[in-house]
Amino acid sequence: MIMQKNNDSIRIGFYICHCGTNIAGVIDVEAVAKYIAKLPNVVVSRTYKYMCSDPGQKLIQDDIRENNLNRIVVAACSPLLHEATFRNAVKKAGLNPYFFQMVNVREHDAWVHQDKVEATRKAIALSRAAVQRVPLHKPLDIKKIPINQSVLIVGGGIAGIHAALVLANAGKHVYLVEREPTIGGHMAKFDKTFPTLDCAACVLTPKMAAVGKHPNITLWTYSDVIKVDGYVGNYKITVRRRPRYVHEDLCTGCLECIDACIYKEPKFPDEFNLGLGKRKPVYLPFAQAIPSVVTIDPNTCIELKTGKCKKTCVEACGDRNAIDFSQKEEIKEVTVGTIIIATGFKTFDPRKILYYGYGIYPNVITSLEAERLLNAAGPTGGEFVTKEGRKPVRVGIIHCVGSRDENTNRWCSRVCCLYSLKLAHLIHERTGAEVFNFYIDMRTPGKSMEEFYVRVAEEGINFVRGKVADIYPEKLDGSTGRLVVQAEDTLLGRVLKVPVDMVVLSVGLEPDPEAENIRKMFNLSCSAEGWFLERHPKLAPVSSFNDGIFIAGCCQGPKDIPDTVAQAGAAAAEAFSLLDLGYIEMEPNTAYIIEEECSGCKSCISLCPYSAISFDPVKKKSVINEALCKGCGTCVASCPSGSIVQNLFDDSEIISEINGLLQPLQV
Amino acid sequence: MANENYSAGNNGNWSPRIVAFFCNWCTYTAADLAGVSRMKYAPNIRVIRLMCSGRVDPQFVLEALARGADGVLIGGCHPGDCHYSEGNYKCLRRFRMLKRVLADMGIEDKRVRLEWISAAEGEKVKRVVNEMVNEIQELGPLGIPKKFEEWDKEIEHLKQHIESQEFKQEEVKK
Repeated sequence: MIMQKNNDSIRIGFYICHCGTNIAGVIDVEAVAKYIAKLPNVVVSRTYKYMCSDPGQKLIQDDIRENNLNRIVVAACSPLLHEATFRNAVKKAGLNPYFFQMVNVREHDAWVHQDKVEATRKAIALSRAAVQRVPLHKPLDIKKIPINQSVLIVGGGIAGIHAALVLANAGKHVYLVEREPTIGGHMAKFDKTFPTLDCAACVLTPKMAAVGKHPNITLWTYSDVIKVDGYVGNYKITVRRRPRYVHEDLCTGCLECIDACIYKEPKFPDEFNLGLGKRKPVYLPFAQAIPSVVTIDPNTCIELKTGKCKKTCVEACGDRNAIDFSQKEEIKEVTVGTIIIATGFKTFDPRKILYYGYGIYPNVITSLEAERLLNAAGPTGGEFVTKEGRKPVRVGIIHCVGSRDENTNRWCSRVCCLYSLKLAHLIHERTGAEVFNFYIDMRTPGKSMEEFYVRVAEEGINFVRGKVADIYPEKLDGSTGRLVVQAEDTLLGRVLKVPVDMVVLSVGLEPDPEAENIRKMFNLSCSAEGWFLERHPKLAPVSSFNDGIFIAGCCQGPKDIPDTVAQAGAAAAEAFSLLDLGYIEMEPNTAYIIEEECSGCKSCISLCPYSAISFDPVKKKSVINEALCKGCGTCVASCPSGSIVQNLFDDSEIISEINGLLQPLQV
Repeated sequence: MANENYSAGNNGNWSPRIVAFFCNWCTYTAADLAGVSRMKYAPNIRVIRLMCSGRVDPQFVLEALARGADGVLIGGCHPGDCHYSEGNYKCLRRFRMLKRVLADMGIEDKRVRLEWISAAEGEKVKRVVNEMVNEIQELGPLGIPKKFEEWDKEIEHLKQHIESQEFKQEEVKK
C-alpha cells in the first residue's frame, strides 16, 4: 500500500477553473477548493474564472514564487487541450513543467453530468487523485530529436498540389504520391468553377505544371504508399511505383506512339472521361496531364497481353527509346519528417437509388459526367447532348442525390447546390434548354454564393422545391426518348410531372473506399461516416491525432475548392512550422529499467513494438533505448519483477491516483 | 460546511463506483468528444488516463477493486488501430487471463469490462458507461475493503487463538 505521507518538502497549489459557467454551472467549485485545501501538503487552493487566461496563469506563477509551491494541480478542461499551456506557465515560474498535473472536470464531468451533487463529488475525487499523485512526480527533461526536412504528400488533387507548392517554394523537399497516371484530381475534370465561372483548367493546369518542373518536388504518379513506419520527424515510407511501361525521363510527351498504335481507333473506355469517351491502350489521360508522359494499360495492350504485337508504338518512339515493355514495378523507400494526407473523395454511386434509373436510362447522368460533357476538352468537345446526340430541350437537375438522405448518406455534401446552379447556368447557356432544379433546401453560404444563386435564378432557371420520387420513360416503348421527372412541389403542394430530355443527378461526396487502407497505414482516426478526423474540430482542423501527420481537402469532409486550398495551405504551414524548427520536443514519458531489480527474464523484449528493448548479455539485464521508446508502457505492465518504470505513468503514481479516486469523502 | 454536503453516504442510496483506464489516443479522446457534444451519462465513472491500454497492469484492476471500486472499465483503440500498433492486443491477452483469476475469486463477470472505443465514438462511451452502471447497480456493492476488515478480524482472532494455545502448551510443559 502506498499511502501519502505528510511530507513537508512538498508544497502543492490547487486551482479549479470556473470556465465561465461551463464548469461552475454544474460543479460547486468553491466546495471542491475547500475540500482540497484540507488535504496533506496542499498550501494553496483557489478557484478562478478562467485559469487558462493570462491572469489565471499569472495567479499560479505568483503563488509559486510567493508560497514556494513545488507542485501544481489544475482542475479545468481536458489535458489534451490545455496541459501544454499550464506546463509552460509552470516552467516560466521556474518549476519543472512535469511537476504539474491536470484534472479534467469539464469534458469528463461538468459537460456530461446533470446531477450537481454527484458532479461535485466526482470533481473532488478526481482532484484528490491528482493531488495524491503529484508529490510522486519527478523532474524530467524534454527530449529533443532532429526532424527530417522532407515531406510526404499523399494525393495529387488540388489540395496535394497546393500544399506541395507551398512547401517546395519554402525550400522543403516534397514527395508527392498520386495513384492515377496524372495529378489534378477531381478539379481537372471540371469545366467551370462556381461562383466566378472561371475555367477550372485555366487555374489548375499552371499549378500542375509548376509541380511537374519544381526542383524540390519528387512527383510519383501511378504509385501507392504501401508501408509507413517510424514516428514524427522520422517517418520511413515505402512507395510502390506501378509500371507504366514508359520511361518517364525519356518520354517527351510527343504522343506519336498514340497515333502509331496498332489500334487505329480508340476502343477502350476512357477512365478520365468516366467512360464517356474512348482511348487506346497507350494514352495520356488529358492534354495537360502532368507528368506529360503516356501510360500503357497492361489490360488492353496486345503486346503486354499476348506478346504478339507489331509494336508500331516502339517504332514511332524511335531513338527516344522511352517505351519499355519489360518495365517492372519499383519500390522506393524514403524518410520524411512530416506527412500531409490529401486523398480526396469519391462521388456517390447513384445506382444505389433504384428509382432514379441511373445505369438503366442512358440519359440519366451524374453531375461529374455533365462536367465532362460541358468541358471543351471532353468526349463531346463541349457539346452537351443526349446519348443519341440530340441537343436537349429540357433538362432536370436533381439535388441531394446521396446527401441528406436517411437511406444513403445523412450529411450535406456542401458543394452540390452550388455546382447544380453552375451546371444549370452552363447547360442553359450552351443549349438554350429549359432547366429545372429539384432541390430540398437551397444552401448557398459563402462569399458571393447567394449572389450567384440570384443571378442564375434571374437567368430563367426553374426551381422546384421538392424531392424527386421517380424517373420513368414518357412512353413505355421509349419512342419519344424523353423521361418524366415526378416530384412533389412542396411550395405549391401538388405533384409535378416534368418531361425532360436529360436528367443530371447532383451526386454527393463520400469518403474514398481506399481511405480505409490509408487510415490503417497512417493510423488515422475516422468519423463514423469515414472522413478523417481532425485533432480538434475548431482549434486543430488540419492536424490528425498523430504528431506530424496533417490532413487537407475532402478526405476530411466535403468542401469546395477555395476551402480545400485554404486547408491545404494551413496543412503546409503546420508541416513547415514543425520542420523549420529543426527538432521536435518529445514527451518524456519513456520507460527505463531499474538495473538492480531486473531478473533478466527477457519477457519485455518481444513485447516492444519499436524494438527499443535489448538484452545486455554481460550484465544479463534488459536495456531500453530511450531514443526508440515511444512511451506506450506495455513493457512496464508486463514486467514480472516490476523493475520497469515509465516516466509520468509510474506504477506508484497510478496507484496513488486509484487510491485518491476511491477514498471515502470524509478525510 | 460545504464538505458535508458532498460526503459519501449523506444522500442515502448506494450507487456504484467505477474506475476506468482509458488510452490517451482513442477512448480518452472519445470521452472528451462525449463532453464536447454534451452527451449525458451516469456520474459514477472516474477516468484515469494512460498512454495505451497496453499499460494497464492487471494489478491496477485488482488495486481498484481492493480499494473499493465496484467495477473497472478499460478502454482502448479498436484492433488494428492502436497508436502503438499492438498495445491493445497485449491488453486483451492480459484481460483474458485476469478475467479467469477474477472468476476464481468470485468477482462477477460484468464488473470488469474491456471495450474498444475509437476517438469518434463519444456515443459509445455514453452507452457503455450507462450499461455498466445499470448492470453493477443490479449486482450491488462489491465491498472488498469491508471484506478485508472482516478478514483482518478473522486473522486477528486466529492469531489470538493460536497464541492462547501456545500459552497453554507452555503452561503444560512447565
